[in-house]
Amino acid sequence: MINVSGIENGIVIDHIPAGKGWKIFQKLNLNTIETPVVLLMGVRSTRMGQKDIIKIEGRWDVDLKLLALIDPDITTSRIVDGKVVLKKSMEVPQKVKGLFECANPRCVSHIDQQAIPEFTLVRSNGALHYQCNYCDEVTRYSL
Amino acid sequence: MRHLIQPEDLSNQEFMDLIETASHILAHPELYKERAKGKILASLFFEPSTRTKFSFDAAMLRLGGEVIGFSDSQSTSSQKGESLADTIRIMSGFADIIAMRHPLEGASLLASKTSRVPVINGGDGGHQHPTQALTDLFTIYHYKKKLSGHKIALIGDLRYGRTVHSLIKTLARFKVDSFYLVSPEELSMPRHILDWMQANYPDIHIYVLHDMEPALRDCDILYMTRIQKERFFNEADYLKLKNSYLLDAEKMQLAKKDAILMHPLPRVNEISIDLDNDPRSVYFEQAAMGMYIRMALILKLLEECDD
Ligand SMILES: [Zn+2]
Repeated sequence: MINVSGIENGIVIDHIPAGKGWKIFQKLNLNTIETPVVLLMGVRSTRMGQKDIIKIEGRWDVDLKLLALIDPDITTSRIVDGKVVLKKSMEVPQKVKGLFECANPRCVSHIDQQAIPEFTLVRSNGALHYQCNYCDEVTRYSL
Repeated sequence: MRHLIQPEDLSNQEFMDLIETASHILAHPELYKERAKGKILASLFFEPSTRTKFSFDAAMLRLGGEVIGFSDSQSTSSQKGESLADTIRIMSGFADIIAMRHPLEGASLLASKTSRVPVINGGDGGHQHPTQALTDLFTIYHYKKKLSGHKIALIGDLRYGRTVHSLIKTLARFKVDSFYLVSPEELSMPRHILDWMQANYPDIHIYVLHDMEPALRDCDILYMTRIQKERFFNEADYLKLKNSYLLDAEKMQLAKKDAILMHPLPRVNEISIDLDNDPRSVYFEQAAMGMYIRMALILKLLEECDD
């Protein structure tokens, strides 16, 4: 295995299902931030077989809410001075705002720049189903 | 700040209070002719709907208030790409209450977020139309003296007309006896509405039918809806279906003597004009009822602002 050293300060996103790391990298716009970011793909895991890991050096202010939408098993750790200060698995959010688009093309959230799509979780077995607060249409979220 | 975006925004008690006020206005209009004096209704119709707009406007005028507004979006800055949220911020500085119709679903909710005055949803695309539901309930109450216990037939396009979905859910709150859902297969009530009814109101009987006859014989309320041409991919399918749910004097002989025949209007040819003088036909009165219940609603929302 390639050796990529641990980070002193930053965020580690672990237990990403293999193959989804790159998509998360893109969704979080990690290519645009100035601090070093490492994406490890296909890391061996006793629990998952293979997994992806993302390490973000030097900052903690990345919005990680949408990770839970991708997979609730993903864990995030905050590392400060080489120590893990906060490690948590993600919870599927009951309410989300602005992370994805409403499936209904007639919904005001597609047209009006001030209507940021907002949703309430209605069902989470299998896929995540979010109901639009504006038009009530249910959108099935998938990465 | 109270708004009316969907029927669920009103409790059952509030529905009954509004119906009571509207009945009182209908009986004593002179007592209300100055109740909204000095107030302004902004009647903002981003898509044309002459009937609904006039109903709101006349309601405000009969309360002694004034009306400003427009009847299509050609004349507004939303044509220039202004956000509805901004239009409403500005208009709510001019008026005391807003009635709006908009082609996009969820537009009224967006408006209510930035409005400084009450917003009444007069239709947001095919999504919600709560003052139509109020009109329908008031009409039923007016003619039948109660909302509960009725056998109600909903006939026509039950699939795409989402206001009919909203109507069935609202009527269910008032302990009706049963629904007879009459439509061609292609336009039947969606599964999720039937499931919702079963889960929330298991005591209400639901009969799904393709034939009008049993509904005509059994029901107290006959509610016809329009079969819209836009719903069909080809002319032939439309022509085939539109006449299959046509109600005329001959078929109406099957109906109960004290049944009432309703329609949200405009009708195309669902109801034959030979029924217009049948005492059971109340669709034109229903349109007038809409104005009285809107008067009651405007008064309620204005009064809650003053409190
Ligand atoms: Zn929507």
